[in-house]
Amino acid sequence: MGWLRFFRRRYWDDERARELEAYVEIETDDNIARGMTPQDARRAAVRKLGNPTLIREDIYTMNSLRFVETLWQDFRYGARLLRRNPTFAVIAVLTLALGTGANTAIFELVDAVSLRTLPVQHPEQLANVRIVKTREGRTGSFQGNWPNLSNPLWERIRAEQRVFSGMLAWGATRWNLASGGEARRAEGLYVSGDFFSTLGVRALLGRVLTTADDVKGCAAPGVVVSHAFWQREYAGDPSAVGRSILLDGHRLDIVGVTPPEFYGVEVGQSFDVALPICSRPMFGGRRSGLEESDVWFLAAFGRLKPGVTIEQANAQMDAISSRLFAATVSPHYDARLAKDYEQFKLGALPAASGLSDVRSSYSDPLRILFGVTAIVLLIACANLANLMLARATAREREIAVRLAIGASRSRIIRQMLSESLLIAALGASAGLVVASWFSTFLVSFLSTDTNPLFVDLAFDWRVFAFTAGMAASSCLIFGLTPAVRATRTAPMSAMKSGSRTISDSRERFGVRRVLVVMQVALSLVLVVAALLFVGSLRNLTHLDPGFRQEGVLVADVDYRKAGVAPDALAALNRTVLERFRAIPGVDAAAQVFSTPVSGNFWNQNVLVGGVEQPGSVNFNGVGPGYFKALSTPLVAGRDFDERDTPAAPKVAIVSEAFVRKYLHGANPVGQSFQIAAPAGEPRPSYTIVGIARDTKYGNLREEFSPLAYVDVDQSEDGDLDAQFAVHATTGLTAVAAEATRTLVQLNPAISVQYQTVQSQIGRSLTRERLMATLSAFFGALAVLIATIGLYGVMSYTTARRRVEIGIRMALGANRGSVISMIVREAGMLLVAGVIVGTALAMLAGRTAAALLYDVKPWDPATLAAAVGMLAAVTLLASWLPAWRATRLAPTAALREE
Amino acid sequence: MPKRGNPPIQGELLQGTLDLLILKTLALGPAHGHTIAYAIEHRSEEVLQVEHGSLYPALHRLEDRGWIASFWGTSENNRRARYYRLTPKGRTQLAEQTSRWDEIVRAVNRILRPAHE
Repeated sequence: MGWLRFFRRRYWDDERARELEAYVEIETDDNIARGMTPQDARRAAVRKLGNPTLIREDIYTMNSLRFVETLWQDFRYGARLLRRNPTFAVIAVLTLALGTGANTAIFELVDAVSLRTLPVQHPEQLANVRIVKTREGRTGSFQGNWPNLSNPLWERIRAEQRVFSGMLAWGATRWNLASGGEARRAEGLYVSGDFFSTLGVRALLGRVLTTADDVKGCAAPGVVVSHAFWQREYAGDPSAVGRSILLDGHRLDIVGVTPPEFYGVEVGQSFDVALPICSRPMFGGRRSGLEESDVWFLAAFGRLKPGVTIEQANAQMDAISSRLFAATVSPHYDARLAKDYEQFKLGALPAASGLSDVRSSYSDPLRILFGVTAIVLLIACANLANLMLARATAREREIAVRLAIGASRSRIIRQMLSESLLIAALGASAGLVVASWFSTFLVSFLSTDTNPLFVDLAFDWRVFAFTAGMAASSCLIFGLTPAVRATRTAPMSAMKSGSRTISDSRERFGVRRVLVVMQVALSLVLVVAALLFVGSLRNLTHLDPGFRQEGVLVADVDYRKAGVAPDALAALNRTVLERFRAIPGVDAAAQVFSTPVSGNFWNQNVLVGGVEQPGSVNFNGVGPGYFKALSTPLVAGRDFDERDTPAAPKVAIVSEAFVRKYLHGANPVGQSFQIAAPAGEPRPSYTIVGIARDTKYGNLREEFSPLAYVDVDQSEDGDLDAQFAVHATTGLTAVAAEATRTLVQLNPAISVQYQTVQSQIGRSLTRERLMATLSAFFGALAVLIATIGLYGVMSYTTARRRVEIGIRMALGANRGSVISMIVREAGMLLVAGVIVGTALAMLAGRTAAALLYDVKPWDPATLAAAVGMLAAVTLLASWLPAWRATRLAPTAALREE
Repeated sequence: MPKRGNPPIQGELLQGTLDLLILKTLALGPAHGHTIAYAIEHRSEEVLQVEHGSLYPALHRLEDRGWIASFWGTSENNRRARYYRLTPKGRTQLAEQTSRWDEIVRAVNRILRPAHE
């Protein structure tokens, strides 16, 4: 029985009522039998029974869980109060929803990116095996997101390790799904045969890849696709298994689909298609990396054997390092590089939550945003505390009456707290909705079309606990003080007469003033942060990078399937270029190795006058017309032209910074430099024919550094793909469509994909844009909430001082002086808030410094602007209630007494 | 109607005594609340007065423990009334509680009337 009675308490109450009624009737009968009149008989019976309601109540509470019952009562009471005051309810719930929602969203990201473990069996047993120590870094070709290991090295590790029950390796890549024309990219993984079995991932349909699939020379490897890809491309059709798929022009069979929760082992990235590593020669061309130990494209995990700790695994990796590296030295290395290589050290690191790029690049921004949203929540809580205090004051007499007739203080505090809890719970539930919008927005903000961010935002217990915890603590922050203060009033003084005195007790206003000062201070911090981040972004987007950003289309053209003979390549590139230049609206086009700030790097050491120069030089390969297309002026000399054939002497154009650093002011045109090469190999020599203006190379934040351009028409590497930069004065979408048409006309097997210089730069500024957008939004929100708070306090205090104002005006004070008296009071709050806020902003500035560009964390102008903005809203928030108070006729105010 | 002599004891029954008295009364046969109160008062020669404010909660408590069960029946003068009867579990309880009561009475008596008297 026990608590089951709780749900039947109404039934029992009815039963008792009937039973007691029966008693009265029987007793009445007895009394009549004793000779009383019917009326007297019934009256006596009722008297004998006593108070039936009391008896029923006793029984009712026996059936009830006392605490739950009163809690429920309190909640209903709170809900009624909220319904009666919808403005307050809406403001309270809305501000809390924004506060908790923003916090939860950021927490969701942190959770997904760094707290959650991989969706595989026993992720805690996984260790990431990688090179942990090198003297000067590694040399060679690096491919994919985590080029930790080369294939020869990986195979040796797998063969010689004794600490893992299984190992797996993978390398990320992209494949083109289209047969020609504009490319459609699939995120690909090369996986070792034991990848799925070691992770413990089973196929949802068909089978996963096994060691039998991953044998050297595999001709027709099976393809495993992800659940998301299967849904997207095949609409979840089970017959997809067994069908073929086109990857970079190779037709391969799908053998299985992975389960929905498995997105891969890189957090922030999801895979579409997985192939065994042995299939690389099919796609990789000349250097597939299966045998070369200077092609870095793999990352590896091991699953620890039972009883083996990560430290033991790490020690074994360290121990086998020298043998492994000695056995895998690349023949491309000279003696110095080989010696370095042999001293590399392997290590094993915990990898339960996988590898993540996002984790490292966004940990700072996320931390700052966490702080920002926490401050917003604090401001919202302070604001609510203020509103609750005002309400508690209005209910002072009610509470006094209840205390006087015997309610305990704790009971009243509990009641007022449950009201706060109700608000907090409503706010947090609305916050969960806000959070889901907001986190989706964040993910789409951080995703770019060329680098989609995949974050599994599934709601988990951590997020729930976080939000609930936030709701509870915000409830305590904004609800406890008003509740405790409300019960501290002596019933007598609260109930005394009108209870309105000329001036209110200073003490109560103390708390409310402190709250307003806190709000002003915290908003100042956020406004300063917003101005700094927006300023940084503005500086970055308005700086002159040395090249044109608008209207430049970047076309990546892939000839690999087009059956182009190596000696026809140059001619084909020229034809493509001519066709591009003929597109209406296009005024310049050129071939290029890589457009600036695209994320590609090529650097070399150079020799001038036979002497190796300090530092490395950034290189780019460009064709004639590049400087016109990108609008980078040549300050001396000439552009590349048709004279510069592969047979002619090699020429180069260098940047002003190159001239400054290496040529020391001598007339550079006509001078030459060499590219450093290992001893015994030829050092290509270049004659400088022109000087170009400095441009940014890797990103917009860097200083101008030495840059050398070589002519792509003189290179002989015969790559089967080419990049073109096309400048057009008309819309780029139309130009891209026209360009695709032209290419398909030329050869339907040519595939192409487009970007714009602007989008490449935009991508490089994602972090800055994120910080600027969000801090501006939250700064504005903070100011809005603080203004509401200030306005609330000011209109409340002026309302309480109406009599005083009335007297002052009756005695001849003019309107202006009364208004200025009140505004001055608000001004004092502002000054206090600004002082505290400035100190806080200076502390906070240090954290943000790394994310700023060309603004100092404590920039006086920024601070002044923020203070000015807050002053303006303070003025508005206090002037309005003051003006309203003075419009009241003094007699009206005085008559109220 | 209380008689002269010792004033009736009201509302200060020893904790648990009322339960015992109810069980004992019901051991004689099913009865409704009015009869139970009357029987206790009558058989104690009007010394024990049953307060209805405690009787009904006590009945509820006993029923909740499963010592008594209730049903609606018709009273002597044809009124609908809620009747209570002893359950087997209640009968065991009655025996246990009675011997416990005897023990208490003996213990209290040993203190109030020492053997040498």
